[in-house]
Amino acid sequence: MKRKLRSTTSNLLPVASILALLAIWELVSDTGLVPKFMLPSPVDICAAFISDFPLLWENSWVTLAETFIGLLFGIIIGFVMAMLMDFFTPVRKALYPIVVITQTIPAVAIAPLLVLWFGYEMVPKIILVVFIVFFPVTVSLLDGFESTDRDTINLMRSMGAGKMQIFRYVKFPAALGNFFSSLKIAVSYAVVGAVISEWLGGFCGLGVYMTRVKKSYSFDKMFAVIFLISALSLLLMFGVKLLKKKCMPWENKE
Amino acid sequence: MNELIIKDVSFSYTGGENVIENINLSLKEGELVSILGVSGCGKSTLFNVVSGLRKARTGTITLAGEDITGKPGKISYMLQKDLLLPYRTIEDNVALPLILSGMRKKEARAQVQDGIKRFGLDGVQKKYPSELSGGMRQRAALLRTYMFSSKAALLDEPFSALDTLTKSEMHAWYLKVMDEIKLSTLFITHDIDEAILLSDRICLMTGKPATISEEIIITQPRPRSRDFTLTTEFLQYKKQILEKL
Repeated sequence: MKRKLRSTTSNLLPVASILALLAIWELVSDTGLVPKFMLPSPVDICAAFISDFPLLWENSWVTLAETFIGLLFGIIIGFVMAMLMDFFTPVRKALYPIVVITQTIPAVAIAPLLVLWFGYEMVPKIILVVFIVFFPVTVSLLDGFESTDRDTINLMRSMGAGKMQIFRYVKFPAALGNFFSSLKIAVSYAVVGAVISEWLGGFCGLGVYMTRVKKSYSFDKMFAVIFLISALSLLLMFGVKLLKKKCMPWENKE
Repeated sequence: MNELIIKDVSFSYTGGENVIENINLSLKEGELVSILGVSGCGKSTLFNVVSGLRKARTGTITLAGEDITGKPGKISYMLQKDLLLPYRTIEDNVALPLILSGMRKKEARAQVQDGIKRFGLDGVQKKYPSELSGGMRQRAALLRTYMFSSKAALLDEPFSALDTLTKSEMHAWYLKVMDEIKLSTLFITHDIDEAILLSDRICLMTGKPATISEEIIITQPRPRSRDFTLTTEFLQYKKQILEKL
C-alpha cells in the first residue's frame, strides 16, 4: 500500500513540476513582468495553437514525412555500414574515421549547401536527416556487434555456425538494445534536423511556418510551433519505446 | 562404433612452448571420462583443440572413424557458463544446433520436445533463460549440447558455477539422465569428488607442458547413488588421486 502510494507520488512529481513551471510563466506574463508581445502566456499560446491548428496540421505532415523517410534511409545506411565494418576489418579501419568526421561537420552549415544542390523540395531535408541519423545508428550497432561475448561466439563456432549465422543468431539480437537506445536519440534529432533544413529554404513544413510567423513577430504562434515540435519528438520517442518492447520481449521478463 | 580417439595431441600458442603435450586418450561409447587437474593446467586448451576451435600442433582426433582434427562443428562442447542466448526461449535455445544445421524452426522445435521432457524442462520451454534458476539453465545448456551431437560431448566444468546444494542435486539428476541417453562424455573438472562420483575413468592431467600422467578406473557400477560418496571405497579413490596430483 505504502509502496503504491509512493510510486503514485513519484509519477505525479514530473507532472507537478511542469505544471508549476507553466503557472509561473503564466504569472510572469499576465502581471506584465515581461511584456506580452515578447513572452506570450501559455494560455495565449494555446489559443494560437487552436486558431492555427489546420495550418500546423498540414505542415506537420510534411515535416513528419521528411523525418520518417530520413530515418528509414538513415537506419538502413547505418545498419549496412555497421555490418560491413563488423565483417571486414579493413572496411572498418577505412570508414570509421570518416564516419566520425562527418559528425564534426555542423548540420546547420551544410543545410544551405544541400538546398543549393538539391533545390527547395523535400530531397535536401531528407538528406540532412539521413546525415544526422546514420551516425548514432552505425556506432551503436557496431558497438553492439563487437561487445558480443567471445565464449558465445566460440560455442556457436563449435556447433559449426558460419559467420553469417553467428551474425544472425548472436550479434544482431545482442546489438538490438544498443540500437534502440540510439534510435531514441536519433528520432528527436531527426525532427529537429528536418525543421532546421526547412528554415533554410522550402515551401512547406513546420520550419517554413516558423520562419513565416517569426517575420510577422507572432510570438504566440512561434511558441505554438515550438511546443508542437517537442510534442512530436516525445511522441516519436514513445513510439520507439513501444517498438523496443515489441521487438525485445525477453527484456520485459526478469 | 562412436569412439573418440585423441592421439599424440600437442598444442602451443604461436611461438610459445607446448601447453599440452602428447595427449593420448580414448572415449568409448557411453563412457564418461573425467580429466582432472589443477586450474590453468591446460584442460580447457585440450578441449579447444578437440572441438576444432584451435589447431593442434601435432596429433589427430578421430570421432567414429572420421578425422575431425581442426574441424569445428563435429563434437558438442559445453562450457562452465550456460551461454544460453538471452533473447531466445529455452526451446529455441535448445533447438539452435538443429536450426544451424539447416532445419526449419518448426521442425526443430518439434524435435526437441522429447529431450525437454527427458531433461525435466517441461513447462519452462517457452520461458527466457533469465527466468530460470542456475540449475535449470545448466540443464537446458546440456540438452542443447546433446541436441547438437549425440555421438560425444565435451563438458568443461559444467557444474562448477553452481552452489553446493544445487550441484549435488545436479549430479544426481545427471547420473540418472546419463544412464538413459548414454552419451559418451569427456568431462573436465577440478572437483575430485565430482570426478569420482560421475566417471568411469579419471585421467589426471599434470606437469608443464601438461600430459596425462595417470589413469584411474572407477569400478563402482553405474548408476551410482549419492551414498557412494560416503563409502570407504570412495575415500580410497580420493586418497589415490590426491597422492598423484
